[in-house]
Amino acid sequence: MTRVRIPAIPASQITPEEVWRERRSWLKRSGLAAAGLGLMGLGAGRAVAAPAEAGKLWNAARNPAYDLSDAPTSERDVTTYNNYYEFGTGKADPARHGGALKTEPWTVSVEGEVARPGTFDLDDLLRLAPLEERVYRLRCVEAWSMVIPWLGYPLASLIRKVEPTGDAKFVEFTTVTQPEAMPGLRSRIIDWPYVEALRMDEAMHPLSLLVFGVYGKPLPSANGAPLRVALPWKYGFKSGKSIVKIRFTREQPLTSWMKVAPQEYGFYANVNPDVPHPRWSQATERRIGAGVFAPREKTLPFNGYAEQVASLYQGMDLRRYF
Amino acid sequence: MAASQVRPWTARQVGFFKPLLFIVCLYPAMRWLWLGFQGGLTANPPEFLIRSSGIWALVALCLTLAVTPLRRYLGQPALLRCRRMLGLFTFFYSALHVLGWAYWERGLSLPAMWDDIVQRPFIAIGVLAMVPMLAQAVTSTRGWMSRLGARWHTLHRAIYPIAILSVWHFWLIRAGKNDFAEVYAYGAVLGLLLLVRLMPVQGRSGNRP
Repeated sequence: MTRVRIPAIPASQITPEEVWRERRSWLKRSGLAAAGLGLMGLGAGRAVAAPAEAGKLWNAARNPAYDLSDAPTSERDVTTYNNYYEFGTGKADPARHGGALKTEPWTVSVEGEVARPGTFDLDDLLRLAPLEERVYRLRCVEAWSMVIPWLGYPLASLIRKVEPTGDAKFVEFTTVTQPEAMPGLRSRIIDWPYVEALRMDEAMHPLSLLVFGVYGKPLPSANGAPLRVALPWKYGFKSGKSIVKIRFTREQPLTSWMKVAPQEYGFYANVNPDVPHPRWSQATERRIGAGVFAPREKTLPFNGYAEQVASLYQGMDLRRYF
Repeated sequence: MAASQVRPWTARQVGFFKPLLFIVCLYPAMRWLWLGFQGGLTANPPEFLIRSSGIWALVALCLTLAVTPLRRYLGQPALLRCRRMLGLFTFFYSALHVLGWAYWERGLSLPAMWDDIVQRPFIAIGVLAMVPMLAQAVTSTRGWMSRLGARWHTLHRAIYPIAILSVWHFWLIRAGKNDFAEVYAYGAVLGLLLLVRLMPVQGRSGNRP
């Protein structure tokens, strides 16, 4: 297995923390969190509590164990350049149409092979474990990448809470469908709703993050409001957005992109520079925000997280199980 | 045909109109520059420019292939005077599309480009369309026309297979995402422009090129 070198951090590449923290401290200071959320099209009711408390929630401490030497992608690019086909296939469509998504009230139903199935509302989930900030690389299957400060907690915290049975081998995530807010649902590109899934050990891995916010704020719709998963060693499409259902299953679920093009998108979809997509190489990637004439960067096995996750796939032929 | 009662435009009249058409054809390139200065080339400018140049190459190809049917149905043979310019714009946007791929996708490395061509049918098909188009652009001058004589027409009829290859190339790119709406739109327009060429010629403007 390729070893991943954790590069030393050149001072020039570290994002000034003030810049990063500025907005959320502004939110907290001014107590305008609720109004801010309203402006973002999430609806003022989306604020989880009084502004001061909300500010504290979203001002979660950064977990330095996940810091990267790469400069984070700008908030603007992170929130306006997205693949979220329910809103349309254009990269700007999710930000353009996302405001119409109704995220209040929001419930997530937990079903299948669990001892404690049930329906959680967003506040239950937000309080289930403390939020932390983690900076993750995101590698899209389309060979572009970003570096994103997510806010969330390990998916394992939720999974433990619902007590999967011994028969639970996979976890399936279903994305919301709101036809009135999501013009992309009219196209038949995917057999809606969007479904993604993980093997249990993948879902329980400490890197698997249940995400509620980005850049110190609640997730915008384009990024999967109000909650999504982030799986930094897999291509982005594995990370289901705007989750309304989490189902534990015995059999491997048929995920959305596998249904569309099984020869192009596998169940595992681990970032792998050695397995090209039929229509492009995966050996390199374009870092979003690097500039028009910046050279492409080398893609790392498991997107640079090989040390943490390679053992999950020991003995598997990663060319076959792509 | 009512259209044939319109007085045919003279070469001079078309000559007035041609610079305007030239400026219109520069619109996509001007727009890219404008967007570039505004920071409006999306978060992924290389992808935007590669895709946009490909689309505009298709638009220019449609316009080029529309000249002959327009001459016939408008009864305006002098429109022929715009065709070479439109063809060269098709080549211009296609060439930018290819250069964008070569630079941003393949780092201008010839072995890397070759790998992409042999490994990926949609790239190979794009190249198959580009090679004859390059020959057409080079031989678009009066000098080459007289030098090649009848063979010039044969070479330039390659625009029909080029059109088919272009739509095929576009279709293959969109195939994985199952997203064919635009492909069908361009395919339908180009298909129609090719089909009308097979219709019997009638009326006085029926001088086939």
